[in-house]
This record gives sequence, C-alpha cells and structure tokens, in this order.
Amino acid sequence: MRVEAKILLWLGLFFGIMCAVYWTWSMENAGGVMMFFGTGLCLLPGSYYYWWSRRMGPRAEDDPNATQESGAGYVDAFPGSSIFPFTLGMGAFCIVLAMVFGSWMLIPGLALVIWAALGGIAEGRRGGTR
Amino acid sequence: MTTTAHDIQAEAHDHGHSHAEHHGPRGILNWLTTTDHKIIGLSYTITSVIMLVIGGALAEVIRGQLANPDGHLVTMAQYNQLFTMHGSIMIYLFAGPFAFGALANIIVPIQIGAPDMAFPRLNALSYWLYLTGAITMLLGFFVTGGAANFGWVGYAPLSDAIYSPGAGADLWIGGLMLTGFSAIFTGVNICATVFYLRAPGMTLFRMPIFTWNLLVVSILILLAFPVLTAGLIMLYSDRHLGTHIYTVVGGGSPVLWQHIFWFWGHPEVYILALPFFGMVTEIIPVFSKKPVFGYKGMVFATLTIAALSLGVWAHHMFTTGVVLLPFFSIMSLLIAVPTGIKIFNWIGSMWRGQIWFSAAMLFSIGFVVTFLIGGLTGIYLASPPLDFFTHDTYFIVAHFHSVVMALVLGGMAGLYYWGPKITGYMLNERIGKVQFWLLFIGTQVFTIPQYILGLQGMPRRMAIYPNDPQWQDLNTWSSVGAIMIGISTLLFVINIVVSWKKHPAGDNPWDGHTLEWFTTSPPPHHNFFRLPQIRSERPTWDHNHPDAKALAHGKDAH
Repeated sequence: MRVEAKILLWLGLFFGIMCAVYWTWSMENAGGVMMFFGTGLCLLPGSYYYWWSRRMGPRAEDDPNATQESGAGYVDAFPGSSIFPFTLGMGAFCIVLAMVFGSWMLIPGLALVIWAALGGIAEGRRGGTR
Repeated sequence: MTTTAHDIQAEAHDHGHSHAEHHGPRGILNWLTTTDHKIIGLSYTITSVIMLVIGGALAEVIRGQLANPDGHLVTMAQYNQLFTMHGSIMIYLFAGPFAFGALANIIVPIQIGAPDMAFPRLNALSYWLYLTGAITMLLGFFVTGGAANFGWVGYAPLSDAIYSPGAGADLWIGGLMLTGFSAIFTGVNICATVFYLRAPGMTLFRMPIFTWNLLVVSILILLAFPVLTAGLIMLYSDRHLGTHIYTVVGGGSPVLWQHIFWFWGHPEVYILALPFFGMVTEIIPVFSKKPVFGYKGMVFATLTIAALSLGVWAHHMFTTGVVLLPFFSIMSLLIAVPTGIKIFNWIGSMWRGQIWFSAAMLFSIGFVVTFLIGGLTGIYLASPPLDFFTHDTYFIVAHFHSVVMALVLGGMAGLYYWGPKITGYMLNERIGKVQFWLLFIGTQVFTIPQYILGLQGMPRRMAIYPNDPQWQDLNTWSSVGAIMIGISTLLFVINIVVSWKKHPAGDNPWDGHTLEWFTTSPPPHHNFFRLPQIRSERPTWDHNHPDAKALAHGKDAH
C-alpha cells in the first residue's frame, strides 16, 4: 500500500510545484485553478492511502516473497450477473436525450434510474447473484 | 516449446469463492446482465472496432472529396459534418474506449491475477454508458440540420446556439457526457483493481508494463475527464439556459473553452497513447525471447509522461496570443525525454534477441517507427515560431494522424497477440502480415504528402482548393494511402471470418511472460484455477522455464 500512496503523493507534489510556477508566472486563472484541483486530486487519495499504509502491515501482494497460500481466503463477493447496470445506463441515456428531444424523456429516464438504484441496493444487500 | 499450465503442478489458489462453472442467464440476456470483465471487454472491443469502421468510412469520403481540387462528392455543409464526426468518432468513440475499455478490461485483471474488476457492476455500467453515448452522437446524422459541424474540438463561439443551432450539436454534447462518465468509471475501476486485487507476490514493481500504463492512464482519466464534462455542461448551459460563460457579449470568455477543452485534451492524448505503449511493451520482449529492457525506466518514463502531460495543454493554443509561450514550450519539449526513453527501451528489448517476426511483432515494430515520425514532428510543433507557421495547416493533420495511425498499428498488434487468449483460436498469420504491410505502407503514403502540403500552406478543414490545383497530386497520393488503410481494415474483418474457430490456440501459444498465459484460452469465469509463485515480472515464463539462468534487469546472458 505504501508504494501506491507514494506514487500519488509524488505526482501531487510535482503538480503542486508546476501549478505554483505556472500560476505566479502567467497570472492566468483558468489553468491555475484546474492545476490546483489536479494537485488536490492526487494529494487527497495519496495521503489517505499513506495514512492507511502506516496502520496496516504489508499485504500479501506487497510482499515480494509471498506464497500463493498466504493470499488464500475470502477475497470478496463478485456478482455473477446483474440487470441493474443496464437499466441505470438506459436511464442515463433517456435523461441525456431529454436534453435534446424534450423533457418528457425524463419520465422513463428517472423511472429507470430509480428502479436501478432501488434494485441495485437490494441486490448489494443480498450479496449479488453467484 | 509451449507448456500448458495444467500439466504442471501449480500452487493451489483459492479466492474463497466457488470456481465452479458459472450458471447465469444465456443468450442476449447474458449479454445484458453480465458483470464478467471479459465479456464486457469483448463488447467494448467489438463496439469500438465498429466505430473504427464507421469513422474510417467517413475518412474515405473526405479523402475522395479532396482528391479533386474542385470536388463535388459532398456539399460544403456535409463536409463540415464529415470531418467533425470523423474526428469525434475516432477520438471519443474508438481510440479512447479501445485503449482503456477494450483490451485493458480483459487483460488487466488477468495480468495481476485478479478474479474480476474491483467493481464489476460499475464496469458493466461503463460499457452501457459508452454504447448509449456512441448511439447518441451518431443519432446526429438523422436529425434536421445534420450532425455536429464545428470540428471535433467544438470551439466556442462557433459551437454556441447562434452559429450552430440544431439538435446535432446537442446530441454531440450529450454523447460526450455519457462517454465521459463511462471513462471516469473505468478509471476508478482500474485504479481500485490494481491497488486492491493483485495476487500474492505481485508487488507494484512486478506488474506487467501494460498494467502499469493502464494504472497511470486511470489516474490521468480521473484528472482530465471531469474537466471536460464540466466544460460540456457549461457549453450546454450557454446554448440553452441563457448563460454567457463562453460568449463575449455577456462578459464570458471564448478562450476559457479552449483552456478547459485542452486541459482535458492533452492528457487525453496520453490516455490514448499509453495503453498502446503498454501493448507493444508486452509484445516486443515476448517475440524477442528476452525480458523487457529497462523495466523501471519504462515505469518512470510512463509516470513522467503523466506528470508532464498536465502542464502542456496550451501548446494547442499558441496562436491565441494569450498563453504563456515559454512555459508550455519547455514542458512540451520535456515530454520528448521520457518518450525517447521508451523508444530506446523498445529497441533495447529487441537488441540481440531471437526475433520472431509474427504479425503481432511486425505491427509492434510498425508502431514504433510510425510513432517516432509522429513524435518527432510533435517536437517541431512544441516550438512556438514553427507552430505559428504550421498551425491549422495539414502539417498538424499529418502529425496527429502519424500518432493515431501508430496507435491503430499498436491496437492491431494487441488484437493479434491477445486475440487467441480471448477467443481461444489463432488468427491467420499470413493475412495478418499482408494486413500489416498494407497498413504500414498505407499510413506513410497517407501522412507524408500531408506534411508537405502543410508546409506548402494548405489549411485543414477545407472542402475544395480550386485556386491551388498544384496541391492535387499530393492529395491524390494521400487518398491512395487512405484506400490502402481501408483495405487493410477490411482484411482484418476477413481474417476474423476466415480463421473463425479453425486453429485452437492452447493456453500459451507465444511462450508468454505474464499471468494471462498461465490460464486457459479463453479464461474461465473468475479467470484462474490456480496461480504460479510470482517472483519476477514474468511469472508464467519463470514457471515454464524453471532451469533458466536468473538474469538481472537489463543484462544479457553473456
């Protein structure tokens, strides 16, 4: 976990320096603001991972001498299949088409999105299909 | 030469989850409800190759129009739609999704020994948003006024409601929003997969370069794509909700759109390119029978490209006169250094190797050569005085077509290399080699006349040039190149039909290095029955060649 954190932190540091140089030199705000938030987008998860890496020991995937047995055990529940990504996608499709063809498209769009949200949450609680 | 994973005793690997045959819905319902990264990746691959064919067909019409100084193949208005939609389809709907959605989706989890993506349902949602985004954008051809016609960059104020009325432009914006969210979700997914689902012993610095590049691409996606989506929402709001963010008349700034667009657009160039860099970095060592030369150098070059790519966007805006020329010129020139390291390492990987000139290897070498041409002309363009001279001429068109045609070559290399793993059957090598030579020579015949035309002053995005008939010969050559590229793409489709379920590939047809060659072809549900011990960046090769002498990085056997 520590290497992952360091990559993000070094990227953030570089973006930070680049942002400072650019903003003070050019006095142009659009790019300066975007670089500033880009810096934050690296430092925020980077420092979170670093904080965690100090609390947890190296995982089996961080250990160069790990055996496959050391990773045995429960990884996670992976859903075998689910209809809700499709319904959510079609809902988003209708909502975007509503921007062009008229707001009546919002009705099927929002219905699909709400159905997908409720169904997806229920499926997540059950642990998904195998 | 090849040994399959299953006749050798391997370590037991239990993900705590049943590896039994997956019983889910069948047929169309299986496709609609799947969360298996391999099926989603295959859907991405098929959809994006269809987009390549559609975008390519538009390109052939464009080249047909330009073969004659006073062409009448299409009207001027149709021509504007053609080049806009050609660029949009190729960049947003083919190159990007093919790079980080298609092969990446299939290969990245397998290369790190993961059972699936970290968020399988989100992965499926990414695909549906991509597909619906593509349909939305293409719907533009069927509405009154036709598709978007302001260039794939959608510059304000040309893209506002006064200069570009009609539903085509709105469908372009909506389609881009959907594909933008699709990309963001894929980025989140790949980051989480690489951070959390690696197999034991697969440390970050043992990951295959392809997976490394996809991790870096995902970070870049998360930095760049939200900016584009925000910019598009503001553009829509300018068009329909009466705001004046990009219009001078209400106190807005048209250049703001260019800043936002290129702040996404230049990292996007690397989001497109890095996955293909990764593909050829996988292929060249395998077919040279050597470990990759300079593994860590490759990783740091990728990270450096990503770091610099956030600070170069305004080299697309040198001629606006309101950007800081020295800063962007220096940063753009600096990117040549890590890119040069990569080209050096590709050559180093081939150096004194036993090179097997398979179709995949030929495509990879073609990629390196073509990308070198595109990259070197990019260095010229990083210099403002040269850029002022060539901006908006065919020199620019030629530069980025060298780059993206290199990506097509790299993508073909990836399809020939991983196709047997994905389908379980080999592609025909002979057709592949003919396809390579047509595509490679066609690319150069297509782009090199355009460089000369650009230096002679031919502007881009013009439908006719009746006052400059001397440009016709070079344009005709360029059109001949485009036809060769078209035929080579047709050959690929023919190859799929001809070699459909002919020659079973076996688990490891190329004596591969990385974990995807350890499992079956195609891989089972949740990818692995067992995994080898991972002690280097090429665990499958180590497993199949237990007697080989251990080599330090970058040293040869002497």
